[in-house]
Amino acid sequence: MSDKVTSIKIAGLGGMGVLTSTQILAEVFFRQGLDVKKAEVHGMSQRGGSICSDVRFGKKVFSPMIPAGEIDFLVLFQDDQFPLYEAECSPGTSILKSSAIDLAKLENKRALNIAMLGLLSRHLNVPADAWLKVIRGNLPEKLHKVNEAAFELGRQSA
Amino acid sequence: MERQFLMGNEAVALGALHAGAARGTGYPGTPSSEILDVYSKLGGKAEWSPNEKVAAEVALGVSFAGVRAFTTMKHVGLNVAADVLFTAAYSGVDGALVFIVADDPGLASSQNEQDTRRYAVAAGVPLVEPSDSQEAYDFTRLAFEISERWKIPVIVKLTTRVCHSGTIVVPRKPDHHLPKAHFERNIPYHVMVPGHARPAHRRLRQKLAEIAEWNEKEGPNQKIEGSKDLGILVSGVAYQHVREAAPDASVFKIGMSYPLPMRRMLDFVASVDRAVVIEENDPYMADAVRAAGGAIESAPEMYRFGELDVGRVKRILAHDVTPEAVPPRGKPPQLCAGCPHTVVFEILKRHNCIVAGDIGCYTLAALQPLAAMDTQICMGASLGVGIGLRHVLPREEAKRVVSVIGDSTFVHSGLTGLAEMTYNVPPTGHVLLILDNATTAMTGQQEHPGTGRLLDHTPANQLDYEAVVRAMNVPNVGVFDPIRQLGEFEKALVEALGKDELTVLIVRRPCILAVARKGVKPASAEG
Repeated sequence: MSDKVTSIKIAGLGGMGVLTSTQILAEVFFRQGLDVKKAEVHGMSQRGGSICSDVRFGKKVFSPMIPAGEIDFLVLFQDDQFPLYEAECSPGTSILKSSAIDLAKLENKRALNIAMLGLLSRHLNVPADAWLKVIRGNLPEKLHKVNEAAFELGRQSA
Repeated sequence: MERQFLMGNEAVALGALHAGAARGTGYPGTPSSEILDVYSKLGGKAEWSPNEKVAAEVALGVSFAGVRAFTTMKHVGLNVAADVLFTAAYSGVDGALVFIVADDPGLASSQNEQDTRRYAVAAGVPLVEPSDSQEAYDFTRLAFEISERWKIPVIVKLTTRVCHSGTIVVPRKPDHHLPKAHFERNIPYHVMVPGHARPAHRRLRQKLAEIAEWNEKEGPNQKIEGSKDLGILVSGVAYQHVREAAPDASVFKIGMSYPLPMRRMLDFVASVDRAVVIEENDPYMADAVRAAGGAIESAPEMYRFGELDVGRVKRILAHDVTPEAVPPRGKPPQLCAGCPHTVVFEILKRHNCIVAGDIGCYTLAALQPLAAMDTQICMGASLGVGIGLRHVLPREEAKRVVSVIGDSTFVHSGLTGLAEMTYNVPPTGHVLLILDNATTAMTGQQEHPGTGRLLDHTPANQLDYEAVVRAMNVPNVGVFDPIRQLGEFEKALVEALGKDELTVLIVRRPCILAVARKGVKPASAEG
């Protein structure tokens, strides 16, 4: 990896699992030995409102918040949230939309967040096993199978 | 020790654990709420107290026993606990007492943007300001050490961004061989009557002078050598933004913001061609440096509102005062589908009530589409404000005033308001609704004295609202399930609004989120 910091913004609505997937994403890169920071908002906006969180990793990360224009990946759990973050994107931003996932194949709709991590994982140089290990570590055992399937579904999606 | 990836709040909890704290107390408040839960799960002894004042008093009592205590709260919680803080600064402590106070610049989930550094100055207690989780851990441990060394309460000031950002922490070996709790009679130090408080004030000022000297020499402040063209004085998470926005600048990062290491700050200011102070909230350091004769630039007024970030720091350094882009508004928060609060506010709206509201999820009823709450100021204010309106409004308007408060907020600050209601009775009487959803819902479903369970969800005594209300001589008391007994509730409300008497209606149905949470059945869920 170069010294460049990679910045990923995850956006959705309260209750969609934004915080869980942010934790998993950050932990995956923490375990790669990198410096990692995540920034998120708790509290009032959890009540169904629009929420987003930032994950940044690299050799050394300062601000936990992604500066405008420096988003490398914008991960949208709901496509219609895009206008909220459009101004922070640059021509270099890759936008990953939930519409890329075939929802009919998603066994449990609540696992969309993990499917989106699967989609994101295609662009990041970490083996699937490393992702799955962290996913399992962050979810109760009875949810492992359905979320592993969701991750694979996302990873196979274009 | 091995590195960990922790949120600031988790790092504070781990720091308190490794500092050997005997007890942590607090009242939930975003963004501080997770600290005590994490501390308890790590094996620490923790409690939710009825409010921040009681929490601080319990922690002070623990420290009077010669051991280490801490108390957690959001910034406005310190307003409630301020009475303890100001005089505990005089009495001092025997063990250690640390106030963990979380500010909310940008108002992610608060009613104001007050700056806790002002409290440190006003009360005369040291304050440290971490900029990430590593420092949240380190400074928490340092705060216990300073508190114990100088026998003085110490504030750890967090902000939302520090509390809820995850960064890497490398912990150190826990403290061992801490003293055992015991009580040593010391009346002149523990009883703050005027004759004892006069010398106590002098002792406090002497301690602060010593701590200021220590902060100059070995305080948690950090100088980053850089270009002489630009020097930035900074504290808190703004430091991280500064390092990214101005990588070549010289930086002096202040870790202990009260008492300030002013000599070193002035030396730094004099050592660069252009000195700028970057700080969130109030121009606290800017004012202090200027009062001490330092020539330093500070941010234009527009930047005291809201959080700072890399972009805003760049603008400040470029003297940019053009209007900032207003970010597009997303979907606003709202009451959950099926929330038992919703129907109550629909009824209040239907009857054209003037609603003196309070703090909790139900405050969302003030927003569209419900728009059914008329006032909200601070914890417990629904009672006093509603009663004040009742006293002076014309009769027909006064009779429409209803105070609405949640269960946890009622225990926090409503009990004294209820005493006011039954003592200084308005001519038209008054109507109070206690919305009992059996949890502190907004901050993440914490327990409180009305839930019948302790912080770790084990059984406890349960406050009996009906008995309390009757004991305060309220003649009309009713209890309703807002879903199953909606019609009866509406009838009782209309009846209460028609009378010139005092009425308290307890609207009881558990929060749907608390019920959904596995293994935690609200004690009063049978209703």
